[in-house]
Amino acid sequence: MDIVRVIVKKPFEPGLLLLILILLATSPLYAPEYAVVLLTSIIMYIIITVSWTMFSGPTGYISLAPAAFFGIGVYTSALFGFVLPLPVVIGMGGLAGFCLALIVGTLTLRLRGIYFVMFTLGLVELLLHFILWWEVNITGTTGRVVPTVANTTVYYIMLIIFAILMLTTFFIRNSKFGLALQSIGEFEEAAAHRGINVNALKTIIFAISALFMGAAGAIMATRWTYIDPKIAFNPLLSFMPVLMAIFGGIRYLYGPIIGAAFFAYVEEFLITRFPYHYMLIFGIIMVVAILYMPDGLVGLIQKLWKRASGETYEGA
Amino acid sequence: MRVLEGKGVTKYFGGLAAVFDVNFHVDQGEVFGLIGPNGAGKTTLFNLISAALAPKSGIIKFKGENITGLKPHQICRLGVARTFQTVKIFANLPVLDNVVLGSLFGTSNAISSADAEREATELLEFVGLSAVKATPAKDLTLANQKRLEVAGALATKPELLLLDEIMAGLNPAEVAQAMELVTRIRDKGITIIMIEHVMKAIMSVCERIMVLHHGRKIAEGTPQEITTSKIVIKVYLGEKAHAGS
Amino acid sequence: MIVTILDVVIAGLLMGGIYALIAVGLSLQYGVARVLNIAHGEFIMIGAFITWSLFTIVGINPLVSLAICGPIVFTIGFILYRTLFTRLRTSSASPAAFEGSSMLACFGLLFIIQNLAILIWGADIKGYSYLAFPVKIGGAVFAANRLITLGFAVAIGLVFYLFLARTRLGKAIRAAAQDPVAAGLMGVNIKHVLALCFGFGALMAGFGGTLISMSYNIQPTMGLEYTVIAFIVIVLGGLGSIPGSLLGGLLLGLVGSIVTYIQPGLSLVAYYVIFMLLLLAKPTGILGK
Repeated sequence: MDIVRVIVKKPFEPGLLLLILILLATSPLYAPEYAVVLLTSIIMYIIITVSWTMFSGPTGYISLAPAAFFGIGVYTSALFGFVLPLPVVIGMGGLAGFCLALIVGTLTLRLRGIYFVMFTLGLVELLLHFILWWEVNITGTTGRVVPTVANTTVYYIMLIIFAILMLTTFFIRNSKFGLALQSIGEFEEAAAHRGINVNALKTIIFAISALFMGAAGAIMATRWTYIDPKIAFNPLLSFMPVLMAIFGGIRYLYGPIIGAAFFAYVEEFLITRFPYHYMLIFGIIMVVAILYMPDGLVGLIQKLWKRASGETYEGA
Repeated sequence: MRVLEGKGVTKYFGGLAAVFDVNFHVDQGEVFGLIGPNGAGKTTLFNLISAALAPKSGIIKFKGENITGLKPHQICRLGVARTFQTVKIFANLPVLDNVVLGSLFGTSNAISSADAEREATELLEFVGLSAVKATPAKDLTLANQKRLEVAGALATKPELLLLDEIMAGLNPAEVAQAMELVTRIRDKGITIIMIEHVMKAIMSVCERIMVLHHGRKIAEGTPQEITTSKIVIKVYLGEKAHAGS
Repeated sequence: MIVTILDVVIAGLLMGGIYALIAVGLSLQYGVARVLNIAHGEFIMIGAFITWSLFTIVGINPLVSLAICGPIVFTIGFILYRTLFTRLRTSSASPAAFEGSSMLACFGLLFIIQNLAILIWGADIKGYSYLAFPVKIGGAVFAANRLITLGFAVAIGLVFYLFLARTRLGKAIRAAAQDPVAAGLMGVNIKHVLALCFGFGALMAGFGGTLISMSYNIQPTMGLEYTVIAFIVIVLGGLGSIPGSLLGGLLLGLVGSIVTYIQPGLSLVAYYVIFMLLLLAKPTGILGK
């Protein structure tokens, strides 16, 4: 497949990435159990954040729906976890996210961005209410049990999803579709007049990003063992990826990864020390990042690096 | 052959008829001028042709095929390209990528990225922008940005090119260059419709001209016929003559 | 049969009155100040909780609290706009960029305010009882506090409408809503007006919260649902139209009441169905441009 040259700010170093991947893949062999569990959470957040950035980054359409897609993956696990083998359940979780996103995208992406933002904001509440009603009135359950899976297995599955995601992201970013997505973010009407089917492209990429979120939800559910609609559909999971991506730097390939890793770790730390304050702290960081770090941490570091090494600062 | 045909094209904005019952046709290989006072509906007509807007009534045909109601990207792929009055380029993308996009997506044929880059490079040479290939588009001068937009449109391999006031805001030297570019595009066999206020350019380059006023067609003919038309002089050229454009 | 219909209709108007109020607030913030305030529901929640505190701790009657909560929430909103959002507005590359970044800033505010509320009041459901005695209208029975709520919602709506239509400041706001740049050129102190509008939006939220607390239980996580409902109302009524928000609120309230009568728990789902139908057929809403 041809690869179109696109100006990427940081060069892609396959060697380094491969090394990290190998380290991660072998970690259950030498790292303590709690570290593997922590890594699983971190990788989960990275998956959600990178998928979110795949669509919302270049196009500028800010999706507030990650919690909905993740939650639907969680619920798929709960519904089919005892009935179907694990890989199938994860695939179905991804498929559920994909289909839901196709519907949402087809409805909202042909209109102005504000409708998309508002619709995705309420999506998690909608699913919560609907599934709650369904469970109470039709199936008569108040919660569901999810079959347990060994921590190491959960870790490896999460790692596999992450690897597939990175391949997909890299491929899209460097293909003509990546360029098209950027042009949509720059000037959608002009992009349409150059022959790009903007609605179709937006919807497909949105759906692909939701696929990974759904899959991540499906496997994460096995760690929680008991879930109900309120646990599955948590608005905080829409907030975290947005925060992580913005803090890390939306325009860069590594920005969301760094942001996600940082916050996932900080969240673990804060939840144990300040369980009643971490939402507050994250909210403040979000506001500060919007005000003072428009290019995120990666952008900030690049700016400082350029200044320190004496290069003239070229315009963005 | 009639490359473009419009019958009874009408568009309302609220209660105001921006374009009303306009009939027109453009023949292949022509340079067709579209003039009229501000607010006459010229850009609206372009928007209707390129499907940026949908007409209230009327039919538009491209090479005999009805294109009313299609989407902009479909019209582009059929072979109609345009530029905009307010230059629409991808500001943060480098100049080359601005044009490559058109090559990649503007036709129904698949094309490899290497070929697309080659085509784009040739087009940049054609419009004279080779030197700034890697510059972000927003850093270009206005005149160069307009040329970039034309290059981007040409990348989609159009048979019909709609140019919306490409000479607005240019100094006399730049206007002459733009006129020369239009001629070179015409020599490639592309049919052109131009909206312009610079009368000198329109009169010297166009073979036929249509005049709109308050959304209605009030005159159509050769430059000679238009400059001598009483109604056109009264409504438009008279003022222009005074303004000394 | 008639009694049931009356029951459902008046219950719908009661809820609709509150929906209308909070939707007008959001409409002011988005339509004029151009801030998509996803934290709108949190301001509602703050109003509700301040009222609760004043009633249960100091014994102040909620209707009087309107006069206290309103200004408090207004001030918070006003200050937020003058500091945070003005800074964002001046540093944004374009209006579209400002819309995006202000929306994200509100997302941050959502979690800040919610967490603060949990810290102050705890995470449990709270409620109080005020004027809960029954009143008979034409055979149907209603709680007095709900009727008073409707009365106040209507009164606030009317007063605000007159304010917009008759006063100088109101005219300035309407001008700014149509075209901020032109309004500025006409001598309207646009920075001031935008901040006032955002503040008034928060004021409506505060009022809404007080009224809600009179009839319903409250908890710190109640906000998001109301934010979403307010959005649906302003889309239904038409983005940018204040009368549209009033109308849309009442309509949606009626729909909610009917749906709750047939199948309780599905009202938000019904609202979303309406949302989807609007997106498919008429995104500009009933009175939208």
